[in-house]
Amino acid sequence: MYSLIVFLPLIGFLVAGAVALFGAAATVPAPEGGHDAHGHHDDHHAAHAEHDDHAHGDHDDHHHAVEPAAPGSRVAELVTTGLLFVSAILSWVAFISVGFGEHETQSIKVLTWITSGAMQIDWAFRVDTLTVVMLVVVNTVSSLVHLYSIGYMAEDPDRPRFFAYLSLFTFAMLMLVTADNLVQMFFGWEGVGLASYLLIGFWYKKPSASAAAIKAFVVNRVGDFGFMLGIFGIFVMFGTISLTDIFANVATVEGKTLHFLWGDWDAITVICLLLFMGACGKSAQFLLHTWLPDAMEGPTPVSALIHAATMVTAGVFMVARLSPLFDLSPTALTVVTLVGAVTAFFAATVGLVQNDIKRVIAYSTCSQLGYMFVALGVGAYGAGVFHLFTHAFFKALLFLGAGSVIMASHHEQDMRSMGGLRNKIPLTFWAMTLGTLAITGVGIPGTEIGFAGFLSKDAIIESAFAGHNPMSGFAAVLLVIAAGFTSFYSWRLVFLTFFGASRAPKDVYDHAKESPLVVLIPLGVLSLGAVLAGMVFYGHYVGEEQAEFWKGSLFYGPENHILHAMHEVSFLVKVSPFLAMLVGLAVAYWFYIVNPALPKKLAAALPGLYKFLLNKWYFDELYDLIFVRPAFAIGRLFWKTGDGAIIDGLGPNGVAARVQDVTARVVRLQTGYVYHYAFAMVIGVAALITWAMFAGGQ
Amino acid sequence: MPLLTLTTFLPLAGVLFILMIRAQDEAAILNIRRVALITTVATFLVSIGIWTGFDPKNPGFQLTETAGWSGGFFAYRMGVDGISILFVLLTTFLMPFCILASWESVQVRVKEYMIAFLVLETLMIGVFCATDLVLFYVFFEGGLIPMFLIIGIWGGQRRVYASYKFFLYTLAGSVLMMLAIMAMYWESGTTDITELVNHPFPATMQWWLWFAFFASFAVKMPMWPVHTWLPDAHVEAPTAGSVLLAAILLKMGGYGFLRFSLPMFPLASADLAPFIFTLSVVAIVYTSLVALVQEDMKKLIAYSSVAHMGYVTMGIFTLNTQGLQGAVFQMFSHGLVSGALFLCVGVVYDRLHTREIAAYGGLVNRMPAYATVFMVMTMANVGLPGTSGFIGEFLTLSAAFQVNTWVAAFAALGVILSAAYALWLFRRVVWGALTKANLKAMMDLSPREIGILAPLVVLVILFGVYPLPILDATAASLEALLRSVHAAIDAAGQTASSGPLPLIR
Repeated sequence: MYSLIVFLPLIGFLVAGAVALFGAAATVPAPEGGHDAHGHHDDHHAAHAEHDDHAHGDHDDHHHAVEPAAPGSRVAELVTTGLLFVSAILSWVAFISVGFGEHETQSIKVLTWITSGAMQIDWAFRVDTLTVVMLVVVNTVSSLVHLYSIGYMAEDPDRPRFFAYLSLFTFAMLMLVTADNLVQMFFGWEGVGLASYLLIGFWYKKPSASAAAIKAFVVNRVGDFGFMLGIFGIFVMFGTISLTDIFANVATVEGKTLHFLWGDWDAITVICLLLFMGACGKSAQFLLHTWLPDAMEGPTPVSALIHAATMVTAGVFMVARLSPLFDLSPTALTVVTLVGAVTAFFAATVGLVQNDIKRVIAYSTCSQLGYMFVALGVGAYGAGVFHLFTHAFFKALLFLGAGSVIMASHHEQDMRSMGGLRNKIPLTFWAMTLGTLAITGVGIPGTEIGFAGFLSKDAIIESAFAGHNPMSGFAAVLLVIAAGFTSFYSWRLVFLTFFGASRAPKDVYDHAKESPLVVLIPLGVLSLGAVLAGMVFYGHYVGEEQAEFWKGSLFYGPENHILHAMHEVSFLVKVSPFLAMLVGLAVAYWFYIVNPALPKKLAAALPGLYKFLLNKWYFDELYDLIFVRPAFAIGRLFWKTGDGAIIDGLGPNGVAARVQDVTARVVRLQTGYVYHYAFAMVIGVAALITWAMFAGGQ
Repeated sequence: MPLLTLTTFLPLAGVLFILMIRAQDEAAILNIRRVALITTVATFLVSIGIWTGFDPKNPGFQLTETAGWSGGFFAYRMGVDGISILFVLLTTFLMPFCILASWESVQVRVKEYMIAFLVLETLMIGVFCATDLVLFYVFFEGGLIPMFLIIGIWGGQRRVYASYKFFLYTLAGSVLMMLAIMAMYWESGTTDITELVNHPFPATMQWWLWFAFFASFAVKMPMWPVHTWLPDAHVEAPTAGSVLLAAILLKMGGYGFLRFSLPMFPLASADLAPFIFTLSVVAIVYTSLVALVQEDMKKLIAYSSVAHMGYVTMGIFTLNTQGLQGAVFQMFSHGLVSGALFLCVGVVYDRLHTREIAAYGGLVNRMPAYATVFMVMTMANVGLPGTSGFIGEFLTLSAAFQVNTWVAAFAALGVILSAAYALWLFRRVVWGALTKANLKAMMDLSPREIGILAPLVVLVILFGVYPLPILDATAASLEALLRSVHAAIDAAGQTASSGPLPLIR
């Protein structure tokens, strides 16, 4: 069954990929004619480049409509979507049987991969509760996104390619979450990176899209650099990279030191920090977060699936999966807490002022991932994974809802040109509102009644207050502030989009209409998740039944009592995120409904702060200055001066210059002597062999 | 049946046939091409016999042939083991593709061109099959001549400069190697490699011999800082020449280190490992950065080759299992990947006659199949898991980490940089809107080109997912090699600078 769950999307990818390839090859326009369509594009691109940084987006797909759809689009859509739904249903079956039944951790070997001395690596599935939780998240969201895309991408001529990439992504993500060893996890890890790269660059004609795709891949590679070194560290210390064997031997490694670079460090700490670097890259944590907002260049369903619900949570999954290691290193956990808290706060501040609807949600994602890492950092692994689970539903909902809004606004993404859409697209409006209620954490403090985000986010904040590491108090305070910001920017989004008077051109507003059923069904299903996922599963993830549910797939050391302590924090702590949420809502209401002129005045009053936030703390500019430009400059220096002037100048050119003088005349090689050269060469070789064979004689 | 001799010299039979074709007309030229193709395919088919007759469990030389007629100081000795067999097969496998890639692009002196390639094939196979030092040397240096001619005659505009640069560098290395070979003969009284590996050369002499061989192999690899001939040679060489240069000729250096430096001079190898590590790491970082700013597609791939060969030298001198197996795998995989990348460049060069990156852009709009192949090979080049490029990089890096974490950390920077230069190239050539007027008539891959590239795509992915056939073939021989190296080091009472695991305290 697990093979089916994982490989059905691969089959979908292969089918849709073949359709895409043959379809594209068959429809390449003839060399003459057919240029008009391209010229048309170029005009749009030129105009497009004039827009400011925040106004660009999915402009391409509507004027793609002039091109006919690739042949087999319908087949590709139906095959990939159908297979994904089968996979999703099987995942729920697995979830119920493993999570709620009596199941030992299983390891299912498929094939041997690499064997080199002591290094034995298999293709194998590890099945435990954590795996099935991830299977459910990935396949549910992925199947809904496939369905949604049938509607959202209806006008795009390249649908087979799009669905092939979506299924490829799903396959890689499933390989990641089912991995039984770190190298297979790395395979999935880089595989989702590839799919992400291809999907961000899906509209490859847009320079901004291809730039964002490269940025995503390369920044992720920076994280992968750490991940790889972490794997090597594990191999050195444990002599294996299989998860089962690592977990069985942690006791023997605990307390040992590893010589890494200039010093001797606690082995587990250095390994965990290196692996965490990988997690930071994939989950867009502070310092390695810059690729995620740019990734919004991809089509909106991609943002929902990859850059909100699944791929970006891979880092959280990895730390949770390796909880038996992380739990032994207080230092590593402290770093995880700090990075998570700073990210949650930083991203929330940037989210306050963004105008592009997708970027607001992107920063929101970044911030929510920070919450998850704080939970992991204080040792409340269940709470981290719980938030991952609920977040997948409401964040996918918000993104898909935003996609529906974008379609209704005729591919406008700037919220400054929206407004008043509530009556035009009521179903989308309600879905978005439910998502917002979930992300801002609406519920009844002190009880287990509330929207999904209420239960999971408050669990994180409580665990941070109850945590014991040096950063947990600091993290708890930042998280509460960030909760206020979250509420503000989420409601700001709703108010700007759905309330007030329309700021869109009149004909666009008049033509705004509700999306088709294939788009609305996923919104409905996800809304259900956003409302119920918290209440239904709270007990199993972090409450009373957590031990029976997780069955040891998350590791709590003998001194880790966080899950008890978090329930015993004072009522003031339990109510604080709720109060922060109310403040955020009230301010947003005041700013965008009561007195809409106020935000502009505030921005004008604090221009420095506003610019700082609007430009995302200037990280892109800084990195460009200290990494990108120097890399190119050094490359040029090495090439022209290093290779050219020094190595060649001192070496061959000095000699070659002389030789060339002499041989300039020999260039007559071209004129007919070559035959003799070749012949002489053959004769020479023949003579040599003859001599070798007979000269010695017997 | 003397299978190795047959495989090695079968291409020369093709040469004889081609020489018999006297006519100059179209039909004759077509016949020449056909003869070359049939010869190379037949050679490949015969070489499959080597694979089936090969026992991967046996660490020693197999299918050995010795002609006892040499009363001189050397003899005709042939054999393959786990280290060499892959390269023999890689050579015979790639040759038909090279002939096919030249089918339309080479129109002048077709006869001589095909002769040069067939002679080159004999010499390349010979290098990997020879188990006699002098015989090896003859093949090793002999390969220089046809390659020199291929670049110098069928090359681009600066072909003469490039071919002489190539020649000078290689010659400088080989002179020293020749002296070392003579010294070894005087010291040991034999040129039989199987005997030489058991001859304990004095420690100080090992150093001199090691450096003499190093000079030759470092140029061939090429290692930084003697790599500058490679970009020029690649840029000027015709497509098939570039393919062979990158896929086979570059592997002779790594093969030489494994065949000679390690087993014959184990003490020097252990002592000088840090020196090699330094050069390897510099090569990886330095040439990756240089690749980032290239304006010529072939030059970019050439620099990327130097960086990838850095992993090979690094892996070899870690003197542990993962390092050696990773190095051999990396060489084999790079043979497929770089060969395919040069073929990819050849495809567009044949259409537009420029290698300048800026002349392209938006090719995917007209060449979807080409874009797909190029994407797969780009990903293999950056070492994406699931492609063959990953296995070698991963194994050599993990081996380096066991020996020295600085080396591993710096070398792993290549993982980031390779993604940067390879994707940057892909973006500029393949992605984007199709705006340049002369690109609007580009045609996608022809059936011939698909036939050349598709098998490479399949193999790159197959060996990425299931590399065991390659790893198993090399395991026994490399383990035996490592045992003898470490035995020699232990016997000398040396504290090996690259001994196993000083990391854990």
